[in-house]
Amino acid sequence: MKVLQVVETAYRATLEEQDDTIIWLTHAMRGAQAELDLLLSGNAVNYALVGQDASGLAFGEWRQTQPPRLADDIAGLIKKGVQVHVVEDDLAERGLANAHLVEGVGRIKRASIPELMEAHDQVWHW
Amino acid sequence: MAEKKTLTFALMDPPYESSRSTTALRLIDIAAKRGHTINVFAYEGAVALPFAKQKAHANAVHGRDEAAENHPLPRDWIAAVMQEAERNGGKVDWVNCGLCVDERGVAEAVEGVRRGSPADFWKMASASDNTLVIPTR
Amino acid sequence: MAEYVLIESRDPFEFANVGSYCRLAASLAKAGNKVTLFLVQNGVLQARIGAKDGGMAEAAKSGVTILAEEFSLRERGIGRDALVPEVKPMALDFVVDRLETGAKTMWH
Repeated sequence: MKVLQVVETAYRATLEEQDDTIIWLTHAMRGAQAELDLLLSGNAVNYALVGQDASGLAFGEWRQTQPPRLADDIAGLIKKGVQVHVVEDDLAERGLANAHLVEGVGRIKRASIPELMEAHDQVWHW
Repeated sequence: MAEKKTLTFALMDPPYESSRSTTALRLIDIAAKRGHTINVFAYEGAVALPFAKQKAHANAVHGRDEAAENHPLPRDWIAAVMQEAERNGGKVDWVNCGLCVDERGVAEAVEGVRRGSPADFWKMASASDNTLVIPTR
Repeated sequence: MAEYVLIESRDPFEFANVGSYCRLAASLAKAGNKVTLFLVQNGVLQARIGAKDGGMAEAAKSGVTILAEEFSLRERGIGRDALVPEVKPMALDFVVDRLETGAKTMWH
């Protein structure tokens, strides 16, 4: 079974969780031999951006030692054989048409999403 | 009689924060009435849905004591759909994501809920006729 | 040709991306698939006559069947005669019916 994971919501509790919990879930399922691909859409296209820095969270004397490193996590999925796509139209809407993205991320036009969905047995929209 | 199916649901919302939790359980109840085998992977806040220590309360604004208020507890809804599935020849296998349980401190769950991991979700989904992910916002 | 059920629980007044979801439904239909847009919870708010169209009209023109969950409608005081013509009321059972047949079912 081949599944397309669609991630649209971004930066939801990522500091508290030290991860995007769906990117993390994708990693964990890939570790269990799941056949998954990832489509970043909406605000989640920002996850493909090089240069995100979430370090420095502190409360009183408490310091975060493991901030989320979302671009690294995206690169990690690509290394594990997960195809990662990002919606070009959503990048452009957010001023990211020419942004420096993680290597290996594929840009697709919104109009091509049906074809991508057709190529998967299931589509899980997170 | 209609063919029995195996359906998997992934939930994310905690109790009392979104209509999605209620709609999700309504869908599971429909599937339970049909006697299907139902897998639930509770992820993130949804692991608190079957938390055993949910407690009902009165409602002073409406002048109702605890009994009259009959405040819904999602753990009761979950127990009810589990019983409904069994009554109709099916079952509900509810898996709480273990790490999500740990960080929220909600290990005490109603009977029939077990601890698991993303590997369980993949295993359940792979063996199902269909899977519906109900995401949080 | 595959079957898709796109469940829309959000409304276009609070969420800007509801339009994108309607457009996705339309493009899946134009690609030859059987597509249902199933409105539930606040998603039904856009189905009321007089409400600003968040993309449903285009989806309907593209061949998408648009349904609104009966309880969600009643909960929000939207009677059958208050629904825009392209939307039909439907019980939540519809979603389980389609899951049983293997329709690719997504929730927004």
